[in-house]
Amino acid sequence: MRVPIDWLSEYVEIELTPVELSERLAMTGTEVARVLHHGPLSADNFVVGKVLSAEQHPDADRLRVCSVDTGDSEPRTIVCGAPNVAAGQTVSVALPGAVMPDGTKLGEAKLRGIKSSGMILAEDELGIGGEHDGIMVLTDDLAAGTPLAGVFAVSSDVLEPELTPNRGDCGGLYGIARELHAATGAALSAPPWSDDPGASTLGSAPAGISVTVDDAALCPRFTARIFENVTVGRSPIWLKARLAAAGQRSISNVVDITNYVMLVSGHPLHAFDLDRIAGGELTVRAARDGEKLTTLDGEERTLDGDICLIADADGPTSLAGVMGGSRSEVSDQTTSVLLEVAVWDGANINRTSTRLGLRSEASSRFEKGLSPEGALEAQAMASALMLELTGATLVDGTLDVGGDGPAANVIRLRDARIISLLGTPIARERSQAILEALGFTVTAADDGLDVTVPHWRRDDVTREADLIEEVARINGLESLPATLPLNRTGRAGGLSHQQRLVRRAEDVLVGRGLCEIVGWSFADPQICDRLLLDDDHPLRALVVIENPMSSAQSVMRPSILPSLLDAAAYNMARGAEGCALFESGSVYRAGRGDDGMAASEHHGLGAIVTGPVREPSWADAQPPAARIETAHALVSSVLGALGVDWQVEDGELPFLHPGRTAMIRTAEGLLGWFGEVHPAVAASWEITQPIAALAIDIGRAAAQAPSHSIFTDLTSFPPLREDLAVIVPAAVTAASVVACVTAAGSPLVSRAEVFDVYSGEQVGEGRVSLALHVDYSAGDRTLSDEDVAPLREKIVAALKVELDGELRG
Amino acid sequence: MIERVTEIQKQAEAEIAAASSSAALEELRVQYLGRKAELPQLLRDVAQLPPEQRGEAGRTANQARQTLEVMIETAAARFEADELSAALADDNVDITLPGSPAESCGHHHLLTATRREIEDVFCGLGYSVVEGPEVETVHYNFDALNHDPAHPARARSDTFYIEGGGEGSEQTLLRTHTSPMQIRIMEQTPPPIALIVPGRVFRRDSDATHTPQFHQIEGLLVDEGVTLADLKGTLLAFARAIFGADRELRLRPHFFPFTEPSVEVDVSCFMCEKGATSGGERCSLCKGTGWLEVLGSGMVDPNVFAAVSEHGYDPDTHQGFAFGLGIERIAMLKHGVPDLRFFYENDLRFLRQFG
Ligand SMILES: [Zn+2]
Repeated sequence: MRVPIDWLSEYVEIELTPVELSERLAMTGTEVARVLHHGPLSADNFVVGKVLSAEQHPDADRLRVCSVDTGDSEPRTIVCGAPNVAAGQTVSVALPGAVMPDGTKLGEAKLRGIKSSGMILAEDELGIGGEHDGIMVLTDDLAAGTPLAGVFAVSSDVLEPELTPNRGDCGGLYGIARELHAATGAALSAPPWSDDPGASTLGSAPAGISVTVDDAALCPRFTARIFENVTVGRSPIWLKARLAAAGQRSISNVVDITNYVMLVSGHPLHAFDLDRIAGGELTVRAARDGEKLTTLDGEERTLDGDICLIADADGPTSLAGVMGGSRSEVSDQTTSVLLEVAVWDGANINRTSTRLGLRSEASSRFEKGLSPEGALEAQAMASALMLELTGATLVDGTLDVGGDGPAANVIRLRDARIISLLGTPIARERSQAILEALGFTVTAADDGLDVTVPHWRRDDVTREADLIEEVARINGLESLPATLPLNRTGRAGGLSHQQRLVRRAEDVLVGRGLCEIVGWSFADPQICDRLLLDDDHPLRALVVIENPMSSAQSVMRPSILPSLLDAAAYNMARGAEGCALFESGSVYRAGRGDDGMAASEHHGLGAIVTGPVREPSWADAQPPAARIETAHALVSSVLGALGVDWQVEDGELPFLHPGRTAMIRTAEGLLGWFGEVHPAVAASWEITQPIAALAIDIGRAAAQAPSHSIFTDLTSFPPLREDLAVIVPAAVTAASVVACVTAAGSPLVSRAEVFDVYSGEQVGEGRVSLALHVDYSAGDRTLSDEDVAPLREKIVAALKVELDGELRG
Repeated sequence: MIERVTEIQKQAEAEIAAASSSAALEELRVQYLGRKAELPQLLRDVAQLPPEQRGEAGRTANQARQTLEVMIETAAARFEADELSAALADDNVDITLPGSPAESCGHHHLLTATRREIEDVFCGLGYSVVEGPEVETVHYNFDALNHDPAHPARARSDTFYIEGGGEGSEQTLLRTHTSPMQIRIMEQTPPPIALIVPGRVFRRDSDATHTPQFHQIEGLLVDEGVTLADLKGTLLAFARAIFGADRELRLRPHFFPFTEPSVEVDVSCFMCEKGATSGGERCSLCKGTGWLEVLGSGMVDPNVFAAVSEHGYDPDTHQGFAFGLGIERIAMLKHGVPDLRFFYENDLRFLRQFG
């Protein structure tokens, strides 16, 4: 919305600069997005002129040499190219020294040999309308030399406020004027609809039209007046200039009046050509599914059953509250006008304009919810202008279906409640003055004020808290004290144990040199194919967005891996040899989750490492490349830090290398996986080297972690340690050797861990040698070789029997 | 004999004092205290002296030997230390070569680092941290938060809806703010409460200043007698913790459906004095206004309490404040990040600068 200050000052006395006005409005709740300027920066050197003579230029067919009285002692010579310039006209003149809207300063110039000292202006040269079909001709009552700014708005600053959705009443200049009146104390003029030329016609409907409203909920009020003997023509220049400054194009006097009144009152109006309303009857009804209507912008619209329209005997003629139809449009031939001012249901208008992709000045006002009483205010103001500017006569009667809105609400505003909500008092007299300035009616009560809400704030101010907001925002929040509330929750606050563990897990990965990324929750549905998922793979249960911004962002990611691959590919395309990345964030699956959530989401912690496991350096020129064991070690670090007991388990995932896939199992189930990304998947991200990857449901991991550790005495009786090398068939896993040793050495084997792996000629084909550290300990004594010797024999025997293993060397 | 011992001792002392290396010292040790040296020989000869002379001669010779031994040891220790120092001084490397192996520490994403920083401020003020679902229902995201049925945020042009996800208030969507957790928490926890909700949110917006996903932190404190002044004090503490101890706060009235009164909160710019830099130029961070808009907040609307009244929240007795801030915005302001794009590009050259 554009608010020309020059125009605004008709309703409120303005003494502040535009910037000061903006600040004051911002500090009382209406942000001003921009301050613009319309027309030339200054109105100096723009005056009224009288064309005394206009002669053909001797050397140029298209130029006239005019003698123009501009109020100076001598007429001045002005060369003019407009075809319509003629002696006797009253015109607008820019004198030398005038600065035009584009910034050029007018000088004296010779045109084909004749000196021209000034310029006779066309509308577009002042930013009024786009036409350049000739000079502006003013009314003859204006004296030569009169400053043009006294005739119409030549130059005006323009505010562009951003209205909050609750302030439908500020959709017009008078509403803004009222805000400024309250915010600055500046005097407010009487509303421009105070004098209604049709006041005597209220109470009875005019002849010649009948209106039926099918659904009063969609149309709380419908009013209409009829004007006859209308002469449709151009609007006077002052009106055009004001519309132009407000960003509206002039169309004709009748249409301009509807726009003008809307801009002042905030209430949209619509003018019908009465003679083109078939049957002389209008019906307000819901559209039928598939019904069509051509709107004023020339588009044919297909409607549905929730859209409200106005129809005549021949069918739809107007899209209620959004845009008129072309069939009943006012034209040059129109002589009778039906002026409709209605109130529509805001939510329905919002839905219609969204559904049709059609936003108009009218719909953006109606959807905020307008008051029924405002309709007659707009009728009053428009009627006066119709009579004044189109020569019309008002047909007796005002059609009114629906009438005024509900009786005004009276709300008690308690002094005590102001203090308890704001934390600071506001004097009762001050509250009263503020509320009255905003148009509320106030009477004294025992403990505060009884406040009657004006019709234009009916929907917005309904409770005491709303009144307190009104008082507080106008009074200003600058002096509000800053206090800290008592925390009476009885809880210490801070992170929960699980939240601390999630942080710890992330910190572990950072400590191990990984960089955290933040990926998109959105994904491309093709992600499933890129991950080689089978048709019935559970990860294909995607959460699908109904109205995505693009197909590449049309589903929610079912895994955290693709975000990491995206980031790796991005960086490797920019020269990185490898990378070590992790992400901690949500992963989404379709279907109802636990706790009745609308989808199943979990907090995933994923990591990938590709290329050298660390940056090569002068003393470490070729660090090993990341492989599955890199991911394994990271899983160990993270779950070790959380104190979660876990085991490796065989598994299959379509996007992992089938020989290098491991599942993470705990007593409570699967927690995630690690491995190497399937080369075909990596290739789809244009990565050709092995990628170690892992993913953990970190939310569940943290939930399984012990709340705290309990002391174990590991120092009073140090363990007896020995190393054991055993040769087993290559198919025997390290874990099974460890399990065998631990079980056979029970209960004294407290730890068994593989520290070396060797295969080669010395151990024989198809066999592998594993070296283990084995710790023996008892909680109550230091063990001796004699204690351990029998166990060792049992271990050797078990390895032989269970795993076909033999001690090496 | 005593004279001879004294003479040897004197001569030896002089030579030990003059010795210039541990090798020279070793030679002196052999020369004076070695098996074939004169002083030990004299000591052995004491036995052959007449008994009345043995005592004094023996003591003198013994003392001389001990004195010399100590002198040699002392001198030897000094030489060893000197020689080690000299050897180490020669054994030097180029200390300006980079450390190796180059296992550099990783980095938290700036959004995580900022989120944690803010969480820690409120944890210090006694708030708990709770998280909630990102896929929400119309009920929690709009209805229960007092959004008018025509509120523009509900439009399909503004909010992402989920396919096949319920009807009416049960329709599912991607939450547009972290505020739904206000309702979920109040349903589960009776007052008083003090908590923050960090998390990812989604709006159908993509341009220079918007990304369709971004991150917010919601705050909610409810008790009896909580005031707007308490909100101001709380946010002032937050602003000073994040942006510096000299910050001031400005509240501007605004409109949000779920708070009344509602305010937007500006923090005094930390790059300038009232909009002008120390060089007198217009500050580019605050665009010369002296204020930075950081968050929206207000007193919880009575209608929101009404939506959870069966859980112990009474619109007549309970008051509270709520606030919501954008983590991206705080990070950009504090760290001078010029463009939202950087947060989701995940370029290592960006990531490694922070966290
Ligand atoms: Zn600044």
